[in-house]
Amino acid sequence: MPSLTQATTWVHLDWVLLVIAMWLLIGLIGIVALRRFRFVAVVLFPTGAFVSLVLLGVALSAAFAEPEVAVLPLGLPQLPFHLRLDSLSAFFLMLIGGVSAGVSTFAAGYFRQGEGTPPGLICLEYHVFLASIAMVVIADDAYMFMVVWETMAFSSFFLVMANHRIPEIRQAGYLYMLVAHIGALGILMCFGLLQANTGDYTFANMRQQHLTPFWGSIAFVLSVFGFGAKAGLLPLHIWLPEAHPAAPSPFSALMSGVMLKIALYGILRVSFDLMQTRIWWWGVLLMAIGLATALFGVVFSTVQVEMKRLLAYSSIENIGLICAGIGLSLLFSSYGMKSLSALALTAAMYHMISHAFFKSLLFCSTGAVMHATGERSLGKLGGLIRNMPWVAWSTLVGALACAGLPPFGGFVAEWLLLQSFLFTTGLPSSFLDMLVPVMAALIALIAALSGYTMVKYFGVIFLGQQREEKLAKAHDAGLWERLGMVWLVTGCLVLGLFPNQVIAFMDPVTQKLVGAGLAHTVADSGWLLVPVSIERASYAPAIFLLGILISFGFVFLLVRKLYHGRLRRVPPWDCGYPWQTPRMQDTAEGFGQPIRQIFDPFFRIRRHLPTAFDENPSYKITVEDPLWYWLYLPLASLVERISRIIGRLQQGRIAVYLMYSFVTLIVVLLAVNR
Amino acid sequence: MNWLGAFSQLLALLTALVLAPLLTGWVNQWRARLQNKSAPGLLQPYRMLHKLFHKDSVMAEHASPLYRTAPYLIFGCMLLASAIVPTLSTDLPLSPAADGIALVGLFALARVFISLAAMDVGTAFGTLGARREMLVGFLAEPALLMVLFCASMITRSTSLTEIVETLARRELAIYPSLLLAGVAFTMVSLAENARVPVDNPDTHLELTMIHESLILEYSARHLALLEWAASLKLFVYSCVGLAIFFPWGVAEAHAPLALLLALPVLVFKLAVGGFLMAVIETVSAKMRIFRVPEFLGTAFLMAVIGLLVNVLLGVG
Repeated sequence: MPSLTQATTWVHLDWVLLVIAMWLLIGLIGIVALRRFRFVAVVLFPTGAFVSLVLLGVALSAAFAEPEVAVLPLGLPQLPFHLRLDSLSAFFLMLIGGVSAGVSTFAAGYFRQGEGTPPGLICLEYHVFLASIAMVVIADDAYMFMVVWETMAFSSFFLVMANHRIPEIRQAGYLYMLVAHIGALGILMCFGLLQANTGDYTFANMRQQHLTPFWGSIAFVLSVFGFGAKAGLLPLHIWLPEAHPAAPSPFSALMSGVMLKIALYGILRVSFDLMQTRIWWWGVLLMAIGLATALFGVVFSTVQVEMKRLLAYSSIENIGLICAGIGLSLLFSSYGMKSLSALALTAAMYHMISHAFFKSLLFCSTGAVMHATGERSLGKLGGLIRNMPWVAWSTLVGALACAGLPPFGGFVAEWLLLQSFLFTTGLPSSFLDMLVPVMAALIALIAALSGYTMVKYFGVIFLGQQREEKLAKAHDAGLWERLGMVWLVTGCLVLGLFPNQVIAFMDPVTQKLVGAGLAHTVADSGWLLVPVSIERASYAPAIFLLGILISFGFVFLLVRKLYHGRLRRVPPWDCGYPWQTPRMQDTAEGFGQPIRQIFDPFFRIRRHLPTAFDENPSYKITVEDPLWYWLYLPLASLVERISRIIGRLQQGRIAVYLMYSFVTLIVVLLAVNR
Repeated sequence: MNWLGAFSQLLALLTALVLAPLLTGWVNQWRARLQNKSAPGLLQPYRMLHKLFHKDSVMAEHASPLYRTAPYLIFGCMLLASAIVPTLSTDLPLSPAADGIALVGLFALARVFISLAAMDVGTAFGTLGARREMLVGFLAEPALLMVLFCASMITRSTSLTEIVETLARRELAIYPSLLLAGVAFTMVSLAENARVPVDNPDTHLELTMIHESLILEYSARHLALLEWAASLKLFVYSCVGLAIFFPWGVAEAHAPLALLLALPVLVFKLAVGGFLMAVIETVSAKMRIFRVPEFLGTAFLMAVIGLLVNVLLGVG
């Protein structure tokens, strides 16, 4: 029992628990005020956002603290909940708090009356979801982990189903649930292996066990399978492009920004913390899966014609890149190359946090656009920068960050990742030495393709002429929505411009997981980001941005001073063709067409072309995921066939069932007697 | 920062600003001569810029602020790029702020903005140009990155000044990887600077143009800035090529007198390079747009093979 003096001093873990309790309380109040729309929107969600800020603050200070443990007398008898807050948990709590503060603020202005589920219920599901995510990160035994993991899956399932009257959304929710459960089975079996027959499922016990390479490898593969299903790694990505568009936008933002990262937290926790053995091919496996996922995701995102599906595929791409970073770190770590391992892990973590911010920003912007226009198809939008400047400019920041362009956060992550790939010589196996540059090349290609996607995304929605008449009446986002988006934009900018300060918070994590960190090289170099040494590479985003801005201002003033600023507004020229209609612009399909042609084997394309004699000529093209046909449909039909065979046992006559019991009894007796 | 550094930084910027249109004029002149046309004067690009700056800007009614700011931003990007590439001297105070990867990022940033600006007015040509520009970009960008990586594997650095210093000081030896990278770089720079096998800088034929259709709606000072930025891009690209493949003659930090010699050396190298570019443009024919991915894919693969050769030979 803690003494009285100890009980009065609050440690970080207590604060985290308070935050979780507050979220649950807010959710419960939501149930009481089920249909009081104004109350839920203006009081409950902003309070939740404030609580998120508290969590962010606690996590920032907990990053450098020693691990704290606690035992909660909840759960089953003899099986209490073990909690532990270490630097890795603190990093993810930081991410959760930072992103959810913005998204909750946005959500305060987002939900409208009479849309699907009553607001109070959404409030409950939303805050239970947040609380369960935070608990996943501080769980310190397999039992609690699975309980909160499933709570997370269920609460998110209900949120995906918020508009459950639409059949497609019901289907998406079902698929999501299915994959989530298959994944959970993998995680459960992984924990079963990790406790190594001791019967003690606390993580503290698992850290003590040394598995043989064989069982260790099986546990690792199971964890990649289980957590990969939640993260959307190939080929278990199938639910992601369905579930993200189905959910309400703030929730898609949380799912993509936060929940996918929590799945990666699981991989990090298992392979770097719980397991003591690391084998080189684990890293290669993770890199290969990661890069395949990333390439697949980015190629598919370029050809999407629906806003949220495009972003969902882009999330798949980013998760793939992060996985490649984790895999590289694992590879180095298995050879004991600590500082390179720390560099790769820092790159992966940087990508996680910057993706969390820019992707939730982009999902929030789709929400604002959908509310303003009622459209989610790219082909019916356009020119919104004139009606919705707030949304457009914040989306531009998100899109540039997503495209991995300097001076935003996505670029820092890619830069670090490329650095860690580039300076990989001296791996013991020459095969691996050859593999690493090829992977660096792939990463460069993927990053460039994501630029293509983001130009399409931003350009088709916000630029050009308005493709529908109703778009002229679109209104900008409300105050709460703007506030939320501005918070996320600030996050993107801070991550982009102050990498040294952000990396300082990752240092304790890499110190703990791989035994080295970047903080000492980074701290000495002031404004320059120097991962290894100044001769090798350096990058200073703040100076970089300043350079562009100064030349911008200087040139602007000079042009005005030396010449003039006269400007006439006229109809567009377009080579002198006067009958311009919005339909003459590229459609979303058109913009993706080159990629569709180059990466043709990736897709399953069905075209309907009109003939010259058609009465009503029509053109239709559908681009689908071939994995659905190669893997999932055969699997589904196999399951159906097996269940049909088993179904024969079910005769519906009581005599037959009695017969089954009788036969079973005889068999069991024979077995026992022997 | 010492005074000499600041001076050489300023000198590099001014040289880039002044020499860039001259280089464009030089290439255009040789192209015309080789094709038996009467050549424009060497100073033609300056006259063009002067004329454009004096005109009144004409802009589409519904053009957004993004459209108006893009030319300045793109010009700023190219100016920064010319500040970090070692042209005359490796003593550049701004150079540590951005290494080779950041340089590629800078080009990508400019490309994204010019594509977005082209989409802003919403004409058929603008979006077509944007799409094609991004198509060229998504293959050229990683290829350029791989070329830089070839050099940085040899020198164990991605910092451009460090690459130049190390490569200039080494003994004269032919690296097979650099040969491959050189071919890749030539192909990429043709594509990136809207040169003949990929794009035609002279044409206004709608079916063939890329760069021209992007800037179709721009006029006067905005057009001038974009044209100047395009020349700067050609200049910076040429200087990157010279820095990696012919690094001799660039002044180093501890040799201020070499600055005096560096300028004529640079002009000479650029003149030869520009002439070769004109020759390549004259002897090759414009490709169909869907042959461009093959062309650039070849460049990309060659650069990757260069990297692998580095690993195989254990360079670096």
